[in-house]
Amino acid sequence: MRKQGLQIAGFAAVVAAIQLATFLTGNVYHLTQLTMSAYYSLVVLGLCILTGYAGQISIGHAGFFAIGGYLSALLTTHNFSAHGGRVVSGLAAMGILARRPDLYGGELLTVHPWPACILAVFAAVAVAYAIGGPVLKLKGHYLAMATLGFGIIVYRIVLGTELVGAADGIYDVPAFPLLPGIAVSGKSSLRVMNYYVAWGFVILGMVFLMNLVRSRVGRALASIHGAEDAAEAMGIPTARYKLKIFVVSAAFAAVAGVLLTHYNGGIGPSESSVMKSVRYLAIVAIGGMANLWGALFMSLILNYLSLRGYFGSFDDAVFGVILILIMLFAHEGLLRRQLLDQIRGAVIRRGGGDDP
Amino acid sequence: MNLDLFLQYVVAGITYGTIYGIVAIGFNIIYNTTGIINFAQGEFVMLGGMTAVTLARVLPLPAAILVAVLVTTVVGALIEILFIRWLRHPSVLRMIVITIGLSILIREVALHIWGEGVRALPYFTGTSVTSIRLGGVYISPQVLWVVGISAVVVAILGGFFRYTLLGMQMRACAANRDAARLCGISAKNMVTLSFMLSAGIGALGGCIVSPITYVSYDSGVPLAIKGFTVAILGGLGNSAASAGAGMLLGILESFSVSVLPAAYKDVISVAILLVILFVRPSGLFGSAEVARLKEF
Amino acid sequence: MTLLSIRDVSRRFGGIQAVDNVSFDVPHGAITAVIGPNGAGKTTLFHLISGFLRPDRGSVVFGGAEILGLMPHQIAAKGMARTFQQTRLFPKMTVLENILVGRHLHSRGGFVACMLHLPFTRREERAVREAGREILEFLGLSGQADAEAVRLSYGQQRMVELGRALACEPRVLLLDEPAAGLNMRETAEMGRLISRIRERNVTILLVEHDMSLVMDISDEIVVLSYGQKIAEDVPSAIQRDPEVIRIYLGEGDA
Repeated sequence: MRKQGLQIAGFAAVVAAIQLATFLTGNVYHLTQLTMSAYYSLVVLGLCILTGYAGQISIGHAGFFAIGGYLSALLTTHNFSAHGGRVVSGLAAMGILARRPDLYGGELLTVHPWPACILAVFAAVAVAYAIGGPVLKLKGHYLAMATLGFGIIVYRIVLGTELVGAADGIYDVPAFPLLPGIAVSGKSSLRVMNYYVAWGFVILGMVFLMNLVRSRVGRALASIHGAEDAAEAMGIPTARYKLKIFVVSAAFAAVAGVLLTHYNGGIGPSESSVMKSVRYLAIVAIGGMANLWGALFMSLILNYLSLRGYFGSFDDAVFGVILILIMLFAHEGLLRRQLLDQIRGAVIRRGGGDDP
Repeated sequence: MNLDLFLQYVVAGITYGTIYGIVAIGFNIIYNTTGIINFAQGEFVMLGGMTAVTLARVLPLPAAILVAVLVTTVVGALIEILFIRWLRHPSVLRMIVITIGLSILIREVALHIWGEGVRALPYFTGTSVTSIRLGGVYISPQVLWVVGISAVVVAILGGFFRYTLLGMQMRACAANRDAARLCGISAKNMVTLSFMLSAGIGALGGCIVSPITYVSYDSGVPLAIKGFTVAILGGLGNSAASAGAGMLLGILESFSVSVLPAAYKDVISVAILLVILFVRPSGLFGSAEVARLKEF
Repeated sequence: MTLLSIRDVSRRFGGIQAVDNVSFDVPHGAITAVIGPNGAGKTTLFHLISGFLRPDRGSVVFGGAEILGLMPHQIAAKGMARTFQQTRLFPKMTVLENILVGRHLHSRGGFVACMLHLPFTRREERAVREAGREILEFLGLSGQADAEAVRLSYGQQRMVELGRALACEPRVLLLDEPAAGLNMRETAEMGRLISRIRERNVTILLVEHDMSLVMDISDEIVVLSYGQKIAEDVPSAIQRDPEVIRIYLGEGDA
């Protein structure tokens, strides 16, 4: 437990050191991409626990990200003042709908970001619950194709629906006031604060997942990955556990979708594309599959490089190549904790070999 | 909806359905010899179409198609030799991820060679407005080319597997790899061959439909998922049923356009895939008992 | 007193009647063995009892309640643990962690509680680890606690799997060929271990091929052949039963 606290503290120090470095070198604008990387990292962490630990592949996680992001964007930009009626005024009185000025000095009546966020995450969770049951009964290729299919459905729907802006997506999404004085917003004056807010969310998520991994639930998930029938025989309700971790994982993606959408001030269909889902999976793979820290560091580095445009027009190709190389040559991942465990295990076995 | 319009939808459905059937057959060939679902199957179709379009500028059409098919076949062989052949006991998860990676790689290479533009081969006979009247239905001659060539391919393939030594060796590998190896069949070569066959057939499919459906660097993924839907619908590994299931999906999709906006066309077929996977993963024609015995 | 009662259980696979109308009782506190030549339906019977397969017909009453039709994990929760013919240890987990999974039923922290690491989950985790170490002590594997389970010797892996089932604190323990693949010394050791488990007040039902093991430790033996029960008696009587001798020796299956 103390080791975990140290790891978290160490990571927080790294986050602070990066901010300091950008400040000292006069590259403060890099914080924008680093903030975005943080939100993508939330998706990656959620996928890591699902695919790496519980062994359930998903090639549709961008779908959950998009459900969260799009719904929050839609609710906070759709002008309800034209609708009138008692329901609208009632919601306005409860503070769920709030008035705010638009770009041209007019007045908009839109859903306040908090209820919008809650609704959006709730919707993603509901979808995950609904499809998770039948989807997670599938294994191997079938599971991969079904999750891929889910991702494609979400992508096609957002791309084909005028209400959510079709190919243009939704823009002019307002800032998200989390607490008085703290808002998720892309304004350059709030850049440093948002950097810390975003990584704060990641650290919080990391603490939750690390606790989970080390608990009885974490062991149950790993046992489902290792030998599902034996896990059943130990009294673990495997179907329910798979569904629950799928929902947790979808919730991480949806929260990330909501927050990044408010940070960017908009969302487009490319956020729900298959390529995004594959990208998350590639990061989990290179991070070492069942390795939260590996996934987190790889997500930080690769997303940052990608968002800064270092991969140029080879952006997607880079992730494709990474995926292939990892799977061909190091399918247990590059940053493997198991490697250390193996060395330690070997030493212990040698020591224990003297026993009769 | 009057009868003529109805038939018109059916014809459109058959055209698209044929290509889905061809992609599904590609899935089946590789699945049968290896137990792998090749997620890059749609990319073979795209590659065939794109290569033929480029070659058609300098070569006569039949030669361009032939060379495109050969090129794609070689790509299929290379993929197997470079990425699949030397893996020992790869897990299903690993194979899925590798073929997904390959699919992305092929697509990105295509993007850098050909750009984002949408291309098409010229119509084999006549132009896009030429049509033959059959009863009350106007049919583009290209539709006849698509259906005709596909039927010939399926027939040749059937004959190949049934009557030639090589085909029988491939079937032996599919039935029992170890036993086939004991009989002196090189299972590894059979796997390479299955990748070549499935790449070649996919490429040919890509060539013949490109005048109607067009082709661009990213047309592989939707084709792959629909081809997979069809392969599942027909029962994985069952090529004859795939052809029929392809028609079924094509026609369903074609009619869906009359009910829902065309932008949601893909949603329909993917939704069908999900429903089938949830309800009857052994396919419409397969037995549930057999599906459970397959290694997943 | 009967703890587990199997009544008229049948299961068919295609054209093969794998288990045909089998009935017998497992008395509380005893070691009952099911023997029979290869393909007699022993493992299928195990799968039927533990819920991994559904029978076509029949009834299984465990501790006075019908358990047929329940999911395997529900049956486990009622106090039945099992091992597998081919060891099914969890890879990438240590020996101790494998055992700890067996404590799942005796802890209750849910997803949210575990994520938040609430005080009660902390206490629970300590208790789980203590119980796990006690099991390792019992198995004599304390020294290997932190080794990766699947890297142990085969005999030790079988012990870990047994320990994992034991960690469930079952009322009845189903062992599917516990001596399969073990050498003579390991088999004898396994026999002693099973006897010691019975002393912990655990009823044992085992399927076994190794006659020496079965004859040494069982109180009651059920003989299956082609899915049917052909004999049920104490070991000394089974050894003299002409029908049993015929199927074991006459057909050369043993």
